[in-house]
Amino acid sequence: MGYQINQDKMNAILTELSKKYKIYGPRRYVGDGTFAHVDTIRYGEVTTLDDIEFKEKSNYSFKEVLLPISETLFYFTENEMKEADAPHSGAIVFLRSCDLHGLKRMDTIYLKNGAVDTYYKRLRDNTKFILMGCEDSFENCFCVSMGTNQSDDYDAYLKIDGQNVLIDSHWDLLDTALAEMPEIQVIPDAVSQNKTVVEIPEAIPQSVIDSPFWEDYANRCIACGRCNFVCPTCTCFTMQDIFYTDNGKAGERRRVWASCHVDGYTDMAGGHAFRDNKGQRMRFKVMHKINDYKKRFGTQMCIGCGRCDDVCPEYISFSNCINKLNTLVKEEN
Amino acid sequence: MTDINPYIPFLSEIKEVIKHTDIEYTFRMTYSGNVNPGQFFEVSLPKFGEAPISVSGIGKDTVDLTIRRVGKVTDEIFENYVGDTLFLRGPYGNGFDIQNYLDKEILLVAGGTGLSPVKGLVDYFSANPKDTKGFTLLVGFKSPKDILFKNDFAKWEDNLNVIMTVDTPDDGYCGKCGMVTQYIPDIPIKNIENAVGIVVGPPMMMKCTIAELIKIGFKEENLWISQERKMCCGIGKCGHCKIDDTYVCLDGPVFNYTKGKFLRD
Ligand SMILES: Cc1cc2nc3c(=O)[nH]c(=O)nc-3n(C[C@H](O)[C@H](O)[C@H](O)COP(=O)(O)OP(=O)(O)OC[C@H]3O[C@@H](n4cnc5c(N)ncnc54)[C@H](O)[C@@H]3O)c2cc1C
Ligand code: SF4
Ligand code: SF4
Ligand code: FES
Repeated sequence: MGYQINQDKMNAILTELSKKYKIYGPRRYVGDGTFAHVDTIRYGEVTTLDDIEFKEKSNYSFKEVLLPISETLFYFTENEMKEADAPHSGAIVFLRSCDLHGLKRMDTIYLKNGAVDTYYKRLRDNTKFILMGCEDSFENCFCVSMGTNQSDDYDAYLKIDGQNVLIDSHWDLLDTALAEMPEIQVIPDAVSQNKTVVEIPEAIPQSVIDSPFWEDYANRCIACGRCNFVCPTCTCFTMQDIFYTDNGKAGERRRVWASCHVDGYTDMAGGHAFRDNKGQRMRFKVMHKINDYKKRFGTQMCIGCGRCDDVCPEYISFSNCINKLNTLVKEEN
Repeated sequence: MTDINPYIPFLSEIKEVIKHTDIEYTFRMTYSGNVNPGQFFEVSLPKFGEAPISVSGIGKDTVDLTIRRVGKVTDEIFENYVGDTLFLRGPYGNGFDIQNYLDKEILLVAGGTGLSPVKGLVDYFSANPKDTKGFTLLVGFKSPKDILFKNDFAKWEDNLNVIMTVDTPDDGYCGKCGMVTQYIPDIPIKNIENAVGIVVGPPMMMKCTIAELIKIGFKEENLWISQERKMCCGIGKCGHCKIDDTYVCLDGPVFNYTKGKFLRD
């Protein structure tokens, strides 16, 4: 159902909802970006619509709401384990269409690939997603190429329209709160073209692994992992045990975000590691995003948000890499 | 929510410790539940972390874990004795499916600790020799002091064809020497078209052995390997074990060679 409501009333509804839900949205943090004197836009708790950055793309995705950067799994004493409480018992997340598609990629890994992940599920089941439309494409976005520019699988769509707010609700709780408001038809804004266009090679032969193509990346990538950390579809983690010094027997096990670009990702006993070469790490990531994941699950992993291009300190462009790889694959056929 | 939390380990008691070498012991742990040879458990020690360890033997209400001490978690495991408890979670992975080997000639080639994940198979065919048309176990160790499962070898020799070799002999060793590959051509196999080969060990050893088996006529689809990768979860989440579109913890660690040969890290 579509509604029109003024901002104050909508903020009052958010306040009401915040009694049950933590509300997360992209926020501007002044002066702490990748490059000096640049703001970062990342997810944080919001209380009113003013807190949300609607005009720009967020540098980080919403994924930390469901997959915290560092998440305590359980507390232990010598012979006992206690599951950690969830960071929230319910959340509302403001996000864009591409990220909403990213959510599906996370669901696939955490709910379907092997056992159901208890920690993800307990957050996911109680999270509502509010779509923010995109009137124009941002820099480096290629959602249209990835088919993620539109989405109707939201709990609500919300658009700021002057002093008013336009809402399309798929959520009964919100419908109830908006019951008195004038009903109108609301169709989410979506872009239909991006400046960046990628063409993904149909079938990438395994022989590209050995191609000199990756050498350029070997020389440039500094293995900082930022491209993985900003990516809504990168979901890897490493386990970490922490113990409290004042009581040597008690502690907690956490999982923390991991990056396939960073040293140590594949280290095995005896000091053996795979993909020592950073170009091969790029290859591993690229193949996962636009080939391997699809082979396993049927959809591409990358959702075309372009955040990895935005963040790379070495100006390595993922979209450029896809297109160059496409040319290479065509030439070889 | 009825799903059980797969990350929370359970307690298991050490029933017996069998010392093979200075740094390799088998811990016989209480466990009752289904488990296949070649599957693995995460040994999960609070404060120290987790280590994936293959099942090296299956008993009534026990599983054997043969562990080489190489670091933080494995060192700590060695601080435990009979009657102590360890936390485990699992079993994980596919393991070896006995059905694939029944009523066939079997050549099992293992290198060093690679014997652990296949030992359950050797135990099975040693106890059920009628289920195979001939079973050869070809094992290589680095040196005589690295030999694992010494007591089991005596038993296996009763009804299986066992060939053990060491890379570098020491004084007083009077067995076979050299790489496992050099013994392959002499192994009597009646029907190579149908014979199955199982190869587990360090990457280089697996590569050379597979090449040799194919050379003497084994069919690729009759060859099986087991892979080791870094694993932080064992349940398809952490990503560390992924190769191409394959998750070693879910789809492996045991692979038919027709699939295994395409795995490129
Ligand atoms: C499927 C599978 C089955 C295995 N079966 C056995 C077995 O039966 N017996 C046995 O002794 N070992 C086995 N291993 C290897 C064993 O898991 C590692 O030796 C162990 O995790 C090292 O842990 P650590 O804390 O003692 O060493 P660490 O202190 O962590 O460090 C030693 C080295 O091991 C690396 N390492 C850390 N975690 C892992 C990991 N999960 N997998 C591989 N390397 C790792 C570290 O990066 C480091 O280089 C198996 C591994 C896998 C993946
Ligand atoms: S790979 Fe890059 S463009 Fe694709 S989803 Fe991840 S961050 Fe966005
Ligand atoms: S590609 Fe760029 S962002 Fe990613 S690890 Fe390499 S240098 Fe860092
Ligand atoms: S071990 Fe974590 S995904 Fe396989």
